[in-house]
Amino acid sequence: MSECLTFHYDVDGEDFTSAGQASVQVKKNLRRLGIPPEIIRQVSIAMYEGEINMVIHAGGGNADVIVYEDRIEIILADKGPGIKDVALAMQEGYSTAPDSVRSLGFGAGMGLPNMKRYTDEMTIDTVVGEGTTIKMVVKLR
Amino acid sequence: MTVKELCGKCGFSAVTLPQEDREIKGCYIGDLLSWVMGRAQEDNVWITIMSNINIVAVASLADVSCVVLAEGVTLEDDVRKTAEAKGVNILSSPLPSYETAKAVWENI
Repeated sequence: MSECLTFHYDVDGEDFTSAGQASVQVKKNLRRLGIPPEIIRQVSIAMYEGEINMVIHAGGGNADVIVYEDRIEIILADKGPGIKDVALAMQEGYSTAPDSVRSLGFGAGMGLPNMKRYTDEMTIDTVVGEGTTIKMVVKLR
Repeated sequence: MTVKELCGKCGFSAVTLPQEDREIKGCYIGDLLSWVMGRAQEDNVWITIMSNINIVAVASLADVSCVVLAEGVTLEDDVRKTAEAKGVNILSSPLPSYETAKAVWENI
């Protein structure tokens, strides 16, 4: 794995309406690299869900997308409250999002399950009171 | 069938059509954005009553061919401009979601 390309983004925790800018930018960058459309869809949706989560729960964070020859890694890191019960958070329909977020069409408890659905590997490293780092891998076939 | 043709045949109105020749394949109805991202397929017509700015990102990321706003829902001008800039087609239907989907089904 000699060559790799990294895209770094700061996810603004204050502005809910701008969430998604990093994901849309990633989509553009991957398109320029000639990555297959279905892979781009998987990566950008998984990343968008992560972005939204960081805005809703953690006051923002950082996102890195690393393109290797055989895979794309997405690393989302925040200094939010952490996830108390990861197994519960992974269940479709479970959500701790406030009503204000639900009225925008989010908070359906599908964020983490979608991230898992669209990636080949996903690991959640979380400490309550300190923050969460999620690493996702999409293989390039 | 293209988005522009669908718009004419179904009697929808065009809110913004930056990619009017985009081909349509199937349809998905939903207002919960993560459900849409989890279930909608590429090139689907996406029928919704949500009109906030996030629908533009969801439509773009899920790669749907167009958004159809049911129930005569209108868009804020900044949302329309963002959709135009991001190449997201948005149509408007005066009908509820079910009748809107029925019109799509009959004409697609």
